[in-house]
Amino acid sequence: MPASTDTTFRNATIAVLVENEAGILARVVGLFSGRGYNIESLTVAPVDEARRLSRITIVTSGTDMVIEQIKAQLDRLVPVHKVSDLTLEGPHLAREMMLIKVAGRGEHRMEALRLADAFRARVVDATTESFVFEMTGAGEKLDAFIELMRPIGLTEVSRTGVVAIARGPGGLQA
Amino acid sequence: MSATLKTETEARTMNGAEIVLQALKDQGVEVIFGYPGGAVLPLYDAIFQQNAIRHILVRHEQAAVHAAEGYARSTGKVGVVLVTSGPGATNAVTGLVDALMDSIPVICLTGQVPTHLIGNDAFQEADTTGITRPATKHNYLVKDIGKLASTVHEAFYVAKSGRPGPVVIDLPKDILIGKGPYSEAPKTAHRSYRPMTEPDAGQIRAAVKLLKGAKRPVVYAGGGVINSGPEASRLLGEFVRMTGMPCTNTLMGLGAYPSTDPQFLGMLGMHGTFEANLAMHGCDVMLNIGARFDDRVTGRLNAFSPNSKKIHADIDPSSINKNVKVDVAIVGDAARVLAALVEAWREEGAGQDREAIAGWWRQIEGWRETRCLQYRQEGSIIKPQHAVKRLYEITREMRQETFITTEVGQHQMWAAQYFGFDRPNRWMTSGGLGTMGYGLPAAMGVQIAHPDALVIDIAGEASILMNIQEMGTLAQYRLPVKVFILNNEYMGMVRQWQELLHGSRYSESYSEALPDFVKLADAFHAKGIRVTRAEDLDAGIREMLAHPGPVIADIAVAKDENCFPMIPSGAAHNEMILAPGQAGGVAGVTDEGKVLV
Ligand SMILES: Cc1cc2nc3c(=O)[nH]c(=O)nc-3n(C[C@H](O)[C@H](O)[C@H](O)COP(=O)(O)OP(=O)(O)OC[C@H]3O[C@@H](n4cnc5c(N)ncnc54)[C@H](O)[C@@H]3O)c2cc1C
Ligand SMILES: Cc1ncc(C[n+]2csc(CCOP(=O)(O)OP(=O)(O)O)c2C)c(N)n1
Ligand SMILES: [Mg+2]
Repeated sequence: MPASTDTTFRNATIAVLVENEAGILARVVGLFSGRGYNIESLTVAPVDEARRLSRITIVTSGTDMVIEQIKAQLDRLVPVHKVSDLTLEGPHLAREMMLIKVAGRGEHRMEALRLADAFRARVVDATTESFVFEMTGAGEKLDAFIELMRPIGLTEVSRTGVVAIARGPGGLQA
Repeated sequence: MSATLKTETEARTMNGAEIVLQALKDQGVEVIFGYPGGAVLPLYDAIFQQNAIRHILVRHEQAAVHAAEGYARSTGKVGVVLVTSGPGATNAVTGLVDALMDSIPVICLTGQVPTHLIGNDAFQEADTTGITRPATKHNYLVKDIGKLASTVHEAFYVAKSGRPGPVVIDLPKDILIGKGPYSEAPKTAHRSYRPMTEPDAGQIRAAVKLLKGAKRPVVYAGGGVINSGPEASRLLGEFVRMTGMPCTNTLMGLGAYPSTDPQFLGMLGMHGTFEANLAMHGCDVMLNIGARFDDRVTGRLNAFSPNSKKIHADIDPSSINKNVKVDVAIVGDAARVLAALVEAWREEGAGQDREAIAGWWRQIEGWRETRCLQYRQEGSIIKPQHAVKRLYEITREMRQETFITTEVGQHQMWAAQYFGFDRPNRWMTSGGLGTMGYGLPAAMGVQIAHPDALVIDIAGEASILMNIQEMGTLAQYRLPVKVFILNNEYMGMVRQWQELLHGSRYSESYSEALPDFVKLADAFHAKGIRVTRAEDLDAGIREMLAHPGPVIADIAVAKDENCFPMIPSGAAHNEMILAPGQAGGVAGVTDEGKVLV
């Protein structure tokens, strides 16, 4: 239980470099559920096949004390190489990709296309009564696009969750 | 011996079971606590064909883990467990969590169904790595015999480095049977797990500066000092004496600082002494070394030591600023930290305010006058405190190397309060998980490691029944463990909470239909003793100690005795309840406090 004096919440985008091995995702997810931390988004993929490394990006929120705890808990998992609090460590880029399906005819189709163009979403599938758009950007931009598509004929959304990287020359090394 | 072994082993390919045993030997393992079953038969076959490693057959897998914990805690080595798949592994889980909570290095080898059957609900299959993931420091499922030897070596490294803990290696049967290469422990650093042991010099200086300026300092040392090894306890003694500060230990830290030393305030926390808790509450600088600000220790967090600067030295960064925000954080091994503190204390020019420290000690002496652990032994009914105190005094007279384990409950707290420890590794108790049934198997493990020592399990009549089957193990291996039961015919700790928090409604806390412990001892080829009158207590203790084999001493004690002092859940250190008749603050339990355990 965190001390009751520390009550201001903040968001944190945390990058974790881990061994690419069975069970690592379960360990990370289990840590969050077992200790009652929030996960707003979690993404994982191998980033270095030769050195068997994967990178996990976690978006979470909590008091400073809780976020420090989360980082310390992640860092003490045996297969974890590095933990970096991108939010704290300086400017960083955060992006998410989404595939979004919109169904409709006539004016609705045109409206969907116009908005997609404005949001720089790409058409990756089209039928006479539907589009699938691909879109990359900050989470809020994706949210905004989804809201616009809702009245037009939103059918389905699939999002990747956030991937993030620090700006500048520095890199997260194992 | 190992040289001939190696040339032999290099000459032939080994099967998985032999590889495991060879790796254990290379890691210096002498004893395994285990229980066989289908999935681990290849390992048992390999054990049968060698003499270097001794196998101790327990009667329940939970006991195997507690025995390994007792072995580990009393020697500083890694304890090793071997159990079969499915129920063998699930029975071990309580022991694993116990070791995790108390930072005890244990390796648990679990059998598993062959790799091609994993996930098929095969006979005695359980998702052992899934189940034990939150129960261990780390776990492995070996699916490639080429990685078997290196996995065992890595498991030992993980179990004992940094903050120690239990590690499971799940071994499918085809891996144990298959043939593969053996490799020795790697000399290179681990790829990802490299805990920091050397403290930062700047933080050490900051700590010493705070401590030199302190007018009311206190040292609060915990299990991490024991984990670090005997040198850490020696250095703790040196540092505390050179600084003239008072020192208190957690339940897990008992023995880190000598109980007989005048600078020792006793244990702190829920059932700690009046002086230790008030010193924690009133101090201006606190040095926590190897303790984790557990809720049994802090009481209500927002009232915990409200006016102090806090220094926390711990090998695990996740222990720091977890419950209590500190002013100086030192990550490192306790012995390294203490050595650096001793040195920096000598070098730092500024002197202490000796007068202020003397005033602080006068205040502490005033608190000591309360004599919070005093009790009155009158009449024939044995006070449980008296039973422990006499046990302590009589064993001290005997000057034999003595190790104490406990079960969980009031007797555990009385053992902590009335049995003094002057050296580390002599006290094994289940602190973090509070596992009833820990003490007897733990004592077994201690006795295996120290065959000539006196090993006593201070027990409650309820707890002892949770792993009583281990009396069979004592008989088989002629382990002269003494089980000293404080029999109050109640789950006393539960009864006490019911009395204080639930209007004396003693719901299901009476120990009904107890066995006749003398006959029970007899049935297990041990000696049974029953003592019911205070006049006979000493003779009973001496009879127990004089017997060369295992003994159950059933000591009938006062049924309704409560354990004091007590800081009720949700209360602050200065709201301690003392025994009736002792002056001091009296707290009411708030509704908020009732929610807490
Ligand atoms: C019925 C009951 C009542 C209890 N009442 C009390 C009570 O009154 N008082 C009390 O104190 N406890 C009490 N406990 C025990 C309590 O629950 C905790 O187990 C205990 O307080 C924890 O002790 P600790 O802080 O020393 O930490 P431990 O659990 O021993 O943890 C050790 C700490 O040291 C660190 N460490 C490990 N190795 C090293 C190293 N090499 N160098 C540096 N640091 C290291 C670890 O990271 C960890 O933070 C009670 C338990 C029970 C069951
Ligand atoms: C496995 C387990 N179950 C339940 C508890 C809760 N509990 C804590 S102390 C206690 C009573 C212990 O009774 P006894 O062994 O007689 O010891 P006493 O308190 O009487 O000394 C219980 C049930 C526990 N700690 N462990
Ligand atoms: Mg009892």
